[in-house]
Amino acid sequence: MKPVVILGSGLAGISVVRELRKLDAARPVIIVTLDDGGFYSKPNLSNALASGKSAVQLALTPREGLAAQLKAEIRPHTRVTHLLPAESAIETDGGRIEYEKLVLALGAQPLRLPIEGDGAAAVLAVNNLADYAVFRDRLEGRQRVAILGAGLIGCEFANDLRIAGIEVDVFDLAPQPLGRLLPPRAAEFFRRKLEAAGVRFHFDTSIARIDRLGDGFRLTDKQGGSHAADLVLSAVGLKPETTLAQAAGLKVGRGIVVDRRLASADFPEVFALGDCAEVGGAGGLVLPFVLPIMAAARALAKTLAGTPTDVAYPAMPVVVKTPACPTAVCPPPAGVQGAWREEPTADGVKALFEDAAGRPVGFALTGSAAAERQALGASMPAWL
Amino acid sequence: MKKYMCIVCGYVYDEVAGDPEHGIAAGTRWEDIPGSWSCPDCGVAKADFEMVAV
Ligand SMILES: Cc1cc2nc3c(=O)[nH]c(=O)nc-3n(C[C@H](O)[C@H](O)[C@H](O)COP(=O)(O)OP(=O)(O)OC[C@H]3O[C@@H](n4cnc5c(N)ncnc54)[C@H](O)[C@@H]3O)c2cc1C
Ligand SMILES: [Zn+2]
Repeated sequence: MKPVVILGSGLAGISVVRELRKLDAARPVIIVTLDDGGFYSKPNLSNALASGKSAVQLALTPREGLAAQLKAEIRPHTRVTHLLPAESAIETDGGRIEYEKLVLALGAQPLRLPIEGDGAAAVLAVNNLADYAVFRDRLEGRQRVAILGAGLIGCEFANDLRIAGIEVDVFDLAPQPLGRLLPPRAAEFFRRKLEAAGVRFHFDTSIARIDRLGDGFRLTDKQGGSHAADLVLSAVGLKPETTLAQAAGLKVGRGIVVDRRLASADFPEVFALGDCAEVGGAGGLVLPFVLPIMAAARALAKTLAGTPTDVAYPAMPVVVKTPACPTAVCPPPAGVQGAWREEPTADGVKALFEDAAGRPVGFALTGSAAAERQALGASMPAWL
Repeated sequence: MKKYMCIVCGYVYDEVAGDPEHGIAAGTRWEDIPGSWSCPDCGVAKADFEMVAV
């Protein structure tokens, strides 16, 4: 019997196999990954300093244990070079593999800003445990970190570094933090809380060049302002990994386009989920978060085990891991017309996004309001 | 009393300690936690926990 082949050993790839094993113990499974093939929790990367964990301690299950647990063959440090869906096969730098079903769980790549200067190449981005180990290594003995991007990941790292007593400057072109997630008053509240924790924000500011200066860096913004840092971390967003799929003729939009069964339109034996996937047909949902991945993994495992199952997404609030300002956001479904209504709470802001009929369809909760996340989340309309 | 670990983020639910911040009293057994409870750290469901040896 040809195996189910999983490309990627992130949360998406591993969760599919974990769920599949609850339904089918015997099916041969091969996991191919560029990583070392162990399991770690990516969300823990941006609060590891606060929880006192080193990169080594973040590795939850090493490869051998994981392979035994999942009854799967894991091929680490292996690059997939071509998908050959017409032949039900893939090519890797370690040889060709034929599959019965193929699952693309290839994740997303950090975006890079075009930056001039001889320091630009030393800018770090943290999108997996190996990146994080490099980051922690370079952080050793350093005092001052510059973060490019005040989105979710940038703000989480900023808060975490402050907890460890490191100076942090955060730069963003936008006028506020968490630009795509928070309406203005909630954003203002969030900014003040993080500033009170010592984070220095520089909004409406984009970094044009980074030059080496001694054993650190000098950052120059487009207005000509100059800023010093020992280390520069980029957190300006992610781009779903679509290059292999596109080269193989699979339909690609922002992510790899799959239907609600997580199957590709042209090759029904090829599935995608996680950060690389665009779910629900062209123009569908790209949701690079844990909860959608767990929902997709459960549905896909059933399909792989012989019961075709559509994925259903309830509304899934995202918790922003910034202890200085507890925050939860549940973005309104794409394309829904409406407006934010923001109201202050004891020590926070509760913002509801109301559709044209006045029904709440999304929310952003900061400070004391964040405690309402679960109750409010359950009352939001489903996403898919 | 047993312990259960979130397979996503590693959070450990300890029956002895419960999760009082989220309405689960100390001493609450795993079976008695409502299915609507979710991981306080990462939000995944109760079903995404596994029992761990103490
Ligand atoms: C710092 C940080 C904090 C986060 N915090 C949260 C949070 O608190 N809550 C939340 O919901 N979400 C959070 N997220 C998002 C969440 O972690 C991701 O959505 C999730 O981990 C993505 O899993 P994935 O398996 O889709 O992708 P990945 O984990 O990126 O896995 C992709 C896999 O594909 C492999 N791969 C790629 N290309 C190839 C190739 N050519 N050949 C072979 N293998 C290949 C890689 O090696 C890797 O194993 C966070 C993300 C980051 C970066
Ligand atoms: Zn968890």
